[in-house]
This record gives sequence, structure tokens and C-alpha cells, in this order.
Amino acid sequence: MLEVEGIHTYYGLSHILFGVTLKVERGEIVCLLGRNGAGKTTTLKSIMGLTPPKQGSIRFKGEEISGMEPYLLARKGIGYVPDDRRIFADLTVGENLEIAARQLKEEQGWSKEKVYEIFPALRDIEHRKGGCLSGGEQKMLAIARALMGNPDLLLLDEPTEGLAPVLVHALEEKIKKLKEAGLTVLLAEQNVRSALRLSDHGYIIDNGQIRYQGSIEELKENEEVRKKYLLV
Amino acid sequence: MDFASLSTQLLVGLSRAMILFIVCAGLSFILGVLRVPNIAHGSLYMIGAFAAYSIFTHLGSSSSGFWLALILAPLVVALVSLVAERALFCHLYQREHLMLLLFTFALMLILDDLVKITWGPEYCSVLAPNILRGSVSMFGASLPRYNLFLLIVGPLVAIFLWLFVNKTKIGKISRAAAVDREMVGAVGINVSWVFAAAFVIGCFLAGLGGALVAPTVSICLGMDHDIIIEAFLIVTIGGLGNIWGALVGSLIFGVTHSFGVLLWPQFAIVFPYAAVVIVLLLRPRGLLKSVW
Repeated sequence: MLEVEGIHTYYGLSHILFGVTLKVERGEIVCLLGRNGAGKTTTLKSIMGLTPPKQGSIRFKGEEISGMEPYLLARKGIGYVPDDRRIFADLTVGENLEIAARQLKEEQGWSKEKVYEIFPALRDIEHRKGGCLSGGEQKMLAIARALMGNPDLLLLDEPTEGLAPVLVHALEEKIKKLKEAGLTVLLAEQNVRSALRLSDHGYIIDNGQIRYQGSIEELKENEEVRKKYLLV
Repeated sequence: MDFASLSTQLLVGLSRAMILFIVCAGLSFILGVLRVPNIAHGSLYMIGAFAAYSIFTHLGSSSSGFWLALILAPLVVALVSLVAERALFCHLYQREHLMLLLFTFALMLILDDLVKITWGPEYCSVLAPNILRGSVSMFGASLPRYNLFLLIVGPLVAIFLWLFVNKTKIGKISRAAAVDREMVGAVGINVSWVFAAAFVIGCFLAGLGGALVAPTVSICLGMDHDIIIEAFLIVTIGGLGNIWGALVGSLIFGVTHSFGVLLWPQFAIVFPYAAVVIVLLLRPRGLLKSVW
């Protein structure tokens, strides 16, 4: 579904990603693990076109997408959930979802109702302003908002960051449900335990380079790699 | 000073505030959504007034000519702004504010000269339609009918703006874009067209203000400079980018000016500026929440 090949991304003059390559197959949850500042967020932003890479190629459903505008990528089926949520603070929860809605020709796309079925807590706060939500509510809303665009691939940036453990478990359940609903997920995480529980495949990124890749079983067993790059 | 003249002054001040509000709401909307301090906004207001004059005289200076001018002149301004947005502004949104300030200042100079070439340096005037001439008495005070008309139009525009910003999808998107334009793109919205729409709507309001003010002033070169300074002060004391702040600011500006006329006519112009200074000393970021 998604193939990233040798991308180099810069912030101004500083070189952040050095030839990152990764692959996400349809229906998988793939995690991108790494420490703070390793390049996880930049990788997702590069895919979403927010910080377009200067070199390398990104293919989505076989089509070259690097350099495209973010709004076109969203319409092609990439949903983006940023690590800092970036909820539209001035809009209510319902409005946040409405403006992200993208009608499909078939009737089977996501709607506000369907999203509320996955996140029932959002229904109760539908009329509250986005800026007045707790961290956990904002996380849910950010995911819900991305779903409204009917994505095939969801880019999830640190969904569990800053959440209480009980909320982390709840969120994991939601993400599993989304996978069952047919979504493909690329998950950037620092929370290794949570990521290992969810994913099928894992990548470890450090200093802007992919250092390790393999199935989750391999990653679980390979303590040396985890110690070296993730300190767990 | 009796009660009648006091209430007349108050109502005149309020009706002037309505025109200021319509112009400033447009300026503030553009400031909020696009982050562009558009100094050429005053020129668009002036073009609105001149366009109203041209349409009015072409239609034989009749009452129906006035009403048509009131509708068409803002549309002319909207068209001018659409061209400016697609040709110039849309390439410049990423620039820093100082550059935008210089750019819109240059645009103001160019528009001023275009107005001079098109309409010449003479004073022009538009007559209010029959039904809006003369005065009515209210609360023992006599008020020109046209000012009464402005007092009705102002709140109507405010209601329309409220509905637009809160109830339409493009209004909601504009509010979202004011806070985080990159994220608006990431949820699949073509921000470029949202910006174009927001800019055109803001400029339409400038044109509407110009058309509305036409029967009450002599239309001339330089009317843009007067209003743009006031407009920037008003949106600053109201809170940058906040339409309702523009309303509050306009009311303060209009009412203090008209009471200034009553209290100390030679220095009436000082009063609203003094009010601005006081507001900014107490609330440096403006009275209502600024989106900046």
C-alpha cells in the first residue's frame, strides 16, 4: 500500500532523514519505533507532504506521491493524526468532524454517527469546543477527525503519548477495531510495549536512519536491538 | 446640553459605527483567516464608493439606481479582490508580516492611482433614495432617515456574518484555518480556495461599506487613508481577527467621536483616539480574544 524509498528530508538547512525506507502492506499495522528526535514525526510528515522530502520516492497504492499537496493526499486516502493533536480549538467537536468529512460515492464511508460508535465519549461532548477537551479526548477526536476523510491508510503519531495507562489500553482496543474495519496503520511510537502489542511489523529509526526492521516476534526476541536503540 | 441632542448624537454615532463595523469586520476576517494586514482594504472601500457613484449616475440618479448600486458596487469590489488574490496574494501567504504590510501598502498606492485615472480627482456624490431622505423623530430627537437605515443594515450584516461563520461549512473551515491552516490541508481541504473565498468576502464587506457611506459623504481620493487608519485601530482594540471585536471597537470609536462633537467640537477627532489609547493601556491585546 505504501512504499517509502530512500527519502531525505530537511528542516531548513538541517538534514533530518537520511534515506529512510519502509513499506506498509494493506491491512497491516506497522510501527515505527524510536526515541525522541529520532525522526518518527518527520517521517510521517514527509509522507503526508507537510515536510516534503528533497530526495527519494514515496508511492501510495502504486502511485508516486512525493511532492504532492497534503490536501490531495488526504483525498487519495491518507489520514493523518499528528502527535500534538492539532484540534481546531475554536470549533466544537462536531464541527471538527464535519469539516473533515469527505463524501464517498458509496454509502459505506465514515460518518459522524459511525465515528461516535467507535468513540462514544465524543458523542457526549459534541457541542464542546475543541480547545476545552482533555488530552485523551483530543487524541480520540484527532483520530476520529482523520477517519471522517475515509482513509485507507492512517498515519498515527504517538497516539498514546501523555495518556494514563488505562486510557492507553482503551485506545489500543480502538486501534485494533480500526484494523478489523480494514484500515492500514502506520504507527509512530515511543511506547514500545503498546506498539509491540498492536503491530504486525516493526521498524526502528534512530538519527534519521532505519536501523532495524522485522516482524514483531523477531523484535520481541531481539533484546539487544531494543536495548541499543530504544533503551528497553 | 439637552436630552434630545444627546440622543441624536448617540444615534448618529451608532450609525457611523455601523459603517465602520462593516468595513472592519472584513479587515478583521482577512486578518484572522489569512493573517494578512491588508492596508489596501481602505482602497477597496473607496472603490466601492466610486463604483456606487458610477452605477448610480449611469442609472439616471434614480432611487432604484441607488439600490442597484448598493448591491452591485460591493460585487465589483469582490471581483477586483478576486483578481488580486489569484494573481498576487495567493503567492505571498507564506511571507512574513512585514513583507505583506509593504506589499499591501504598494497595492494601495497602485489602486489609488487607478481610481484617479478612472474617476478623476473631482468630488462625487450619491443621493439617497427618496424614502431615505429627511428625518424622523425618535425619543424627542430628530435623526436623518439614512442614519436610521444604517442602524438597521449594520445589525443585519452582523447576523449574516454570524450565520456565515458559525453555520456554513466554509465559515467553519475559515475558523479552523485561522488557527491551523496546515492541518486544514491535512484533512483534505484545498486551503488555497478557502483563502480566496475568505479574502473575497472580506473585501466585499469593504465595498459594501463604501457603497453605504456614499450618500453621506463626498466621495473623493483620500477617503481610503482616513478609514484605513481608523479601521486598523478598531481591529486592534477589538482583538485582531475577531469579527465581534471589530463590532465592539467600531461602537467605541463611533460613539466617542459623536460625543466628542458635542463636548468639544474643535477637538472631536481626539476623543476616539484617546479611547483607543485607554483601551490599549488596559488591554494591550484587545478587548476580545485575538486569534493572533
